Amino acid sequence: MTQTQAKEHSGATTGEGDVALSVKDLWKIFGDKADKVIGTPDAELSRQELQAKTGCVAAVKDVSFEVAPGEVFVVMGLSGSGKSTLVRLLTRLIEPTQGSIRMAGEDITSASDQQLRDLRRKHVAMVFQHFGLLPHRKVVDNIAFGLEVRGVSRTERRNRAQEMVDLVGLSGYENSYPDQLSGGMQQRVGLARALAADPQLLMFDEPFSALDPLIRRDMQNEVIRLHEEVGKTMVFITHDLAEALKLGDRILIMRDGEIIQIGRPDEVVGAPADDYVKDFVSEVPKSHVLTLRWVMRPARPGEADNGPTLQADRVVRDAAREVLAADGPCRVFAGEEFIGMVDDEDILRVVVAEEG
Amino acid sequence: MTTLQAPPGRPGPNVKEEQPYVDTAPNRHTALWLAVTVAVWVVGWLIFRGQDTRTLSFQDLNGFHRWLNDLRDSIQLASSRGNWFFHGVIGNISAFFNWLVGQLQELVSTPAFPRPVPQIGWLGVLALLAWVAYAVAGVRSAALVLLSVLGFGFLGYWGDSIDTLIITVLAVLICCLIGLPLGIAMARRKAVSVAVTPVLDLMQTMPAFAYLAPLALIFGIGASSAVVCTLIYALPPLVRITEHGIRSVPETTLEAAGSLGVTKQQMLRRVQLPMARRTIVVGINQCTMAALSMATIAAFVNSPGLGKPVIAALQSLDVGGAAVSGFCIVIAAIMLDRTTTAASERAEKLNRGALASVSRPGVMLMTVVLEKLPRWATEEQRGRRPLPSPLFRRAVLALTFIPVLVAILLSRQYLSLATFSSSANVGPRIATAVSDLTDTVVNSVDTFTNAFKNVISYGLLNPLQSLLGEAPWWLMAAVLISVAFFLGGWRPAAVTVVCEAVILGTGLWHDAMVTLTMTLVATVMVMVLAMLLGVWMGRSRPADTVVRPVLDTFQTIPPFVYLVPALALFSSSRFTAIVAAMAYAVPIATKLVADGIRGVSPSTVEAARSAGITSRQMIMKVQLPMAREALVLATNQGLLYVLSMVVIGGMVGGGSLGYLVVSGFSQAQLFGKGIAAGIAITALGVMLDRITRYAAARHGRI
Ligand SMILES: Nc1ncnc2c1ncn2[C@@H]1O[C@H](COP(=O)(O)OP(=O)(O)O)[C@@H](O)[C@H]1O
Ligand SMILES: [Mg+2]
Repeated sequence: MTQTQAKEHSGATTGEGDVALSVKDLWKIFGDKADKVIGTPDAELSRQELQAKTGCVAAVKDVSFEVAPGEVFVVMGLSGSGKSTLVRLLTRLIEPTQGSIRMAGEDITSASDQQLRDLRRKHVAMVFQHFGLLPHRKVVDNIAFGLEVRGVSRTERRNRAQEMVDLVGLSGYENSYPDQLSGGMQQRVGLARALAADPQLLMFDEPFSALDPLIRRDMQNEVIRLHEEVGKTMVFITHDLAEALKLGDRILIMRDGEIIQIGRPDEVVGAPADDYVKDFVSEVPKSHVLTLRWVMRPARPGEADNGPTLQADRVVRDAAREVLAADGPCRVFAGEEFIGMVDDEDILRVVVAEEG
Repeated sequence: MTTLQAPPGRPGPNVKEEQPYVDTAPNRHTALWLAVTVAVWVVGWLIFRGQDTRTLSFQDLNGFHRWLNDLRDSIQLASSRGNWFFHGVIGNISAFFNWLVGQLQELVSTPAFPRPVPQIGWLGVLALLAWVAYAVAGVRSAALVLLSVLGFGFLGYWGDSIDTLIITVLAVLICCLIGLPLGIAMARRKAVSVAVTPVLDLMQTMPAFAYLAPLALIFGIGASSAVVCTLIYALPPLVRITEHGIRSVPETTLEAAGSLGVTKQQMLRRVQLPMARRTIVVGINQCTMAALSMATIAAFVNSPGLGKPVIAALQSLDVGGAAVSGFCIVIAAIMLDRTTTAASERAEKLNRGALASVSRPGVMLMTVVLEKLPRWATEEQRGRRPLPSPLFRRAVLALTFIPVLVAILLSRQYLSLATFSSSANVGPRIATAVSDLTDTVVNSVDTFTNAFKNVISYGLLNPLQSLLGEAPWWLMAAVLISVAFFLGGWRPAAVTVVCEAVILGTGLWHDAMVTLTMTLVATVMVMVLAMLLGVWMGRSRPADTVVRPVLDTFQTIPPFVYLVPALALFSSSRFTAIVAAMAYAVPIATKLVADGIRGVSPSTVEAARSAGITSRQMIMKVQLPMAREALVLATNQGLLYVLSMVVIGGMVGGGSLGYLVVSGFSQAQLFGKGIAAGIAITALGVMLDRITRYAAARHGRI
């Protein structure tokens, strides 16, 4: 259904197949009669109708997707749409009602307690909106906590924690206590703690929602930098479309526990799946996201033979100057293949629409 | 080209935000129904007045009372004959506690045969206590302990005070052994919590007075039943606060730790316990204060300690004597409270980090005991000085123990350092001075106190007592059931039915109604005062800063002591008990009201102010309605505090149930009736508690 298309990263992951995470038909229903809903006509009801009828809340409804190694996969939706539940289901911090989760080829759904603990200690780490730091421990000890609980020796975990302190730019604060740090710094501690175990998969649950906008931007850049440096697979939850578009290789849009759309940022903006998504993306500066593929038109007879050439995955904003500077329309290629034309008008339509 | 998930089409309004599913509350017309109930009651009272009131005169016994007397006789017979349970199990426990207390007494407070003095004399005890205070709570606490313990000596109650401390500390230690693991288990396993909570509820609703007699019967009068009573009374706050402390560790922290793959053990040891540490020490503080107050009341079952001289003085209406021994109790209370408080602050420092957040005022509304959390438990910590290293601390402790040892040895050598010199005893002189002073003061305020007493008696107490006590029992029963039903629904109504059946069964219906009258009157006055004071404190920071420490101090004083000034002002009467009950219940109720008012969201207050309302409108239309839950809770706590005090007030002229309980201790043929009175008190307490709690649950949320 969805094509996995990851950015290329140097030394991203080990060769464990081309799927880091695969989720199939995943359900989570909260409530006493949770297991009596799936498979009955009730499952088709909307969330409110279901709640009014049975008292159960369908937080995640029949969700399936795959994440490629090294990919940044963003889950986006308004508050209450089931994002937090979804991400917690992935390591079974919340038990799924139904469905299967596979991580690097291993079945999570049937893992034993011991296996799960192992998974959480070594392979998957999570960063939380409210940090979840231990107030009675210093920054280094917070970062080393995960290593401590899995029995790593004191010197080894100290060294590793110090590395992480430096990596996330907290040098000089290792002996502070969490409540002495600002929100942004606390979240750096959260980030360092997650990275300390060198996990293959990092999960973020609205990590920057509690931060001020400028700090948030810094932290987003930090995540991009870390992703380039350590190249982990990431599942990133947010309710902020700009953040999703900035970080995501692909974006999953959720509403009321259901998937509305999965696609690359330009797909979400260029071809919103329904009015809900369209409404969402209406405020986005399209020229920053859309590629030429989305604005080109079919070639008229004779046009395909000459004119400047541009690649189809160029973002409109970048290509605008070249198109406007050219005398006539430009030819758009996907690799070697000719696929269409753009001229000044096509560019201006996108750029000017934003001004209004 | 684009690969899209087909959107499951759901037509409808284009609402992005999810609209929650809401259950609307029905409109119940509570006030109307209550008015109807009262009208029916008054009419019924006019018609049937004086019929079926179920009055039982003081010396009369009914079958149940006689049966209880017989039961006592057979239990006493069984334990003397070596019955496996009463002799084997209970007898051994009782003997063990008696032996333990006896040993401790010989060690520090009573002559250790063949010595004419205890093993350790006063100087040694003084040094030892100060050192312990230094070790757990720091220099300032040590100084306080030093002064307090010297005070015991100078006031002439050295032995009694030390005995009280022995019972208190022993009970607290046992509480910790039982309560901490239990609290932890409750926090971690819902089933344990569900099973234990109702038991704790009952233990806390039951006025202490009610279980003294049955326990004395089983464990025999003396130190052992004192320890057991104290244990029962002091355990619930510790268990609850421990559970609460561990539960209050934020979900996000647990989740984050969980995501790192910690085991259950690691979660408890490295996350939950360290984060709950301060709250747990607060629990130990509460436990200690409860233990002290019960250790004094246990004098009724012949417990050694300060309670005895207070009771003796109260019964002979000797205000001076009661004041001096009562003052020793106050000193003990302040000393224990300050020391455990300082210990909890230190626990906080050792722990570092702002764990005070574990018990914010908002959380205060959660469980009943927690209302007693004093202010400092909810304050953010102030300055942070780094503590010296553990090694250094240990060295200092070891070093300071040397003078303690010297003091102990000296106190074994010299008689003057072993028994507190009677020439230093200023107690009797103070007692005389207090008596004289009270006489003059009381004479000069006489007109005022009498006027107050008369207004309340004729205006409120007498009419209400007539209404409750002279109505036929079936009318009263129906009225109470309907009130319970209209305020809280069928559950409290059902509880009321059961409690009424129990009271009827004890044969003390009329006495119960008299006690209920006193309780209601006192509670009304408590709430009036609490609202005035609480609103003032809730609205003004400076007022809060000044008044709250006073309330905190009042709350640490064992209830018993309140009888002394009340007795001085109003001599022996029904009213004395009511005044003492007010003094006892006002602090807690006021604090709850103040916190409720303060808890009203500042943005709401700001919005109201921007709409241009007056202060009066702000109080009446915004703050009080929004603090409704706190108000009902304050009433709940006020009722229970008042009830427990009204009962104790039985011994200074309060009459009815409380007096019956006291008489049961002293007169053998009234034993059964005393126990029955205790049962009736408990039933009354449970009934009032349930009605107000369900009312709070129903009407608290806006
Ligand atoms: N433990 C729970 N019990 C019952 N309902 C829950 C629970 N956790 C979440 N929900 C419900 O599930 C839905 C999705 O919640 P959540 O996953 O937190 O959404 P998001 O993170 O997108 O804001 C919400 O309607 C929420 O009320
Ligand atoms: Mg969320």
